[in-house]
Amino acid sequence: MNPKGRPWITPCRVAHCLCGITTPHSSRLTWRNPWAAGRMFNCQQPLVSLSQRVLMHKPWRFSALSIAAVVILPLSVLLFSWYEVPVDIWQHLLETQLGRLVGNTLTLLTGVGVGVTVLGVSLAWLTATCEFPGRNWLDKALFLPFAMPAYVLAFVYVGLLDFSGPVQTALRQWFGIRSLPEFRSTGGVIAVLVLVFYPYVYMLARTAFRTQGRQLFDAARILGRSPLQAFISVALPMAKPAIMAGVSLALMETLADFGTVSVFNYDTFTTAIYKSWYGFFNLQAAAQLATLLLLLVALMVFGERKARGSARFTQSQIRHNNPRFQLAGIQSWLASGFCTVVVLLAFVVPVAQLLQWAVSVVDIELDARYWERITNTLLLGVMAAVITVGAALILALAKRLQPDRWTNFSASVGTLGYALPGSVLAVGIMIGFSWIDKGVLIPLASWLGMEPQMWLVGSLPALLLAYMVRFMAVGYGPVDSALQRLKPSIPEAARSLGVGGKSLVRRVYLPVIAPGTLTALLLVMVDVLKEMPATMLLRPFGWETLAVRIYQMTAEGEWERAALPAVILLLTGMIPVIMLMRRAEK
Amino acid sequence: MNRIKTFVTAIAATATVGFSVSALAAEKSDELVVYSARKEHLIKPLFDLYTQKTGTKFRYITDKPGPLMARLEAEGKASPADLLITVDAGNLWQASNKGLLQAIESNTLKANIPSHLRDPNNTWYGLSVRARTLVYAGDRVKEKELSSYEDLAGPEWKGRLCLRTSKKVYNQSLVATMVERMGEPKAEEVVKGWVANLAAPVFSNDTKAMKAVAAGQCDVTIVNTYYFGRLQKKNPDTNLKLFWANQDSSGVHVNVSGAGVTRHAKHPEAAQKFLEWLSTPEAQSVFADENMEYAANPAVKPSQQVADWGNFRQDDLNVSSAGQLQATAIKLMDRVRYN
Repeated sequence: MNPKGRPWITPCRVAHCLCGITTPHSSRLTWRNPWAAGRMFNCQQPLVSLSQRVLMHKPWRFSALSIAAVVILPLSVLLFSWYEVPVDIWQHLLETQLGRLVGNTLTLLTGVGVGVTVLGVSLAWLTATCEFPGRNWLDKALFLPFAMPAYVLAFVYVGLLDFSGPVQTALRQWFGIRSLPEFRSTGGVIAVLVLVFYPYVYMLARTAFRTQGRQLFDAARILGRSPLQAFISVALPMAKPAIMAGVSLALMETLADFGTVSVFNYDTFTTAIYKSWYGFFNLQAAAQLATLLLLLVALMVFGERKARGSARFTQSQIRHNNPRFQLAGIQSWLASGFCTVVVLLAFVVPVAQLLQWAVSVVDIELDARYWERITNTLLLGVMAAVITVGAALILALAKRLQPDRWTNFSASVGTLGYALPGSVLAVGIMIGFSWIDKGVLIPLASWLGMEPQMWLVGSLPALLLAYMVRFMAVGYGPVDSALQRLKPSIPEAARSLGVGGKSLVRRVYLPVIAPGTLTALLLVMVDVLKEMPATMLLRPFGWETLAVRIYQMTAEGEWERAALPAVILLLTGMIPVIMLMRRAEK
Repeated sequence: MNRIKTFVTAIAATATVGFSVSALAAEKSDELVVYSARKEHLIKPLFDLYTQKTGTKFRYITDKPGPLMARLEAEGKASPADLLITVDAGNLWQASNKGLLQAIESNTLKANIPSHLRDPNNTWYGLSVRARTLVYAGDRVKEKELSSYEDLAGPEWKGRLCLRTSKKVYNQSLVATMVERMGEPKAEEVVKGWVANLAAPVFSNDTKAMKAVAAGQCDVTIVNTYYFGRLQKKNPDTNLKLFWANQDSSGVHVNVSGAGVTRHAKHPEAAQKFLEWLSTPEAQSVFADENMEYAANPAVKPSQQVADWGNFRQDDLNVSSAGQLQATAIKLMDRVRYN
């Protein structure tokens, strides 16, 4: 190892390992093996052992870079849009739109950021460390909103709480109250997004609180801190990486959101993107705006890494069976009340409304095609989860096993796709794939005497890759944090016991990250089930999913008919969510 | 090791399923391929009917017009699409402008579709007419108070108007034709007047705007008639009434949904035949009635419910001008803060 803890790389060695040939130059040199300290790596070793070493080292970097390349493809399509600037559109946007839109976007980010942190952390702390009436089922029920697509919650609440909705109508008729604040407002859209996205923070923070142990907290209490002070000065900082991971997922979702904000007609940066594309018919300007959004996300990701920085808490692997704080009297009822209200607002009320709508349309809307939609949705969810998490595993392991600038870079780039508005990313992927189709596959096919056609665009593999690009961040997070909890001393110990190479990965790393991997699979699956824009654009002919059906109905303003696929989507999404809940219980 | 094996197997299985599905999809090359921005439930009945009649089979995807056009453009010569069906003349104009469609010389189409509802260069044909007009609260507004779109900018409507967002293409087309008719400065004055008269933040769809009128948040709004039709069907004794705007001047603003044969169509003749069939009375009544729109073919009478709204004179400006002036209209609406 060199002083920075990175494996030695020299041009000669790269050539050696990439090509498997021994140059006269390299044959004279020896390197120290970064894996087995003390042993020497000699290039004059027979090729068999050399190829073993190649398998051991380079595949990680190679695979990580290939995955990054797939993600970079659509992003670079967007970057290429800058070869020319449509001046009049930019001028118009700058003069009349961008100031307001950037302001709105920042307001939304701040509101959602603060909201999900406060709600997610407080709920997580209560359910992870306290005992109060109903805690046993409330902590599970708080996972349920995971299955709720944000746009569905938005149209349900706008339907319920708008001036013409049942709540305000009743208030007017019974009490004559006419001047209630407008629900379609900044506060309304923030409230809806917080209710949908808090589970990310809740889930990650809850695990962190459950696993951090009581000792430090008790020590702080003994030293005279109040429970609140101890929470702020001890428990919270230890859970900070988990909380920030959750918050950044929520913020990236917020940036990418178009469905919710358009139900509220709340203009954000994504609005400018779609205005350029659908209104001005200028995909180029839209792509350029999207790259700015991407820049913002890159800064956020970078900022989060910096903020986390040296603060690493290697948590013990043991699940503490800590005694919970027994809340009593008014405190306990406040705690149950708080959790119940959140479950009601984020899940029970919207589901009840959806069910009411769904029942009213069931005879015109329900037909045999629903089986096909359900199986398509599930099939896509499962396949995309497997591929995405497979790729995320490779990225995370590569970064851990072979930390150099390439694997680090791949891991950072790999997660960028999550914050792009779905349609923009989808069109980037579509254009990227059509380059491959036209530049590589079609010439190849015609050389083989086959009829030219689009092989990738509109094919299932392309759609699955699109999901991978979009949801890598979701899959990567849990896998990576599971890996981070593995103390460096454990693989070191394994090595000192003579376990190295592949068997180290198999016998030490994989068992440790298995739980994180399963969480990642379920999270990605839930997200893919709800995904709409990429599915619309890239699906094979005739493929319908539940999310696509919801769009077809809501786009026509048929909220009641959209409720049926929405309820079915919710039920389908409950499968992975319930599995998540059960995992959280273990 | 077992876990790794399971994982590798899963990935391999996924890839196999994926490629076999796409191979399967690629095989049937004699089918007509349609990219449709008209929603699946509104267009599929016509595919089924045509298949029943002629045996021609269809493969199709539905999406928003923007992504569909981007896909056509990216696919270029290799595109499998034969026909592009989309809503709104602006989108059709744009598709034609980008060279995604080919000109079709067809006497059937020219006879069946009035000239203001089709492309002057024959690359696309309107298939159904969507009228955008005023809907008002019958219990609070007298019919004689209403006259035109422009009139809603007057001070007597202060705090009584509800509108859908300017991001919807229907409003962009309406304003675009106003720009064409009265010039940009005058149109801007009108839209400014609308914004000043708004009773509530603009709505995300026509139905919500009408519900606000019904609930008393405002008195009048501008919507496409088929949304009114749906609401009426659900709630027959609504207080809402339809008013045909601009009958003494330009006529009611109309838009179309329509279709064109793609430039690189693999089955251009079959696509043209299907397009011609779509313009015949048999298909036209299905096309329009599915969504309570008006048939583009004047020989076809609307359904009973739609006919009950009465006859109206429609704006005979060629609908493609809405496409040409769409950007101007959006900029205008942005300037006066009509969001």
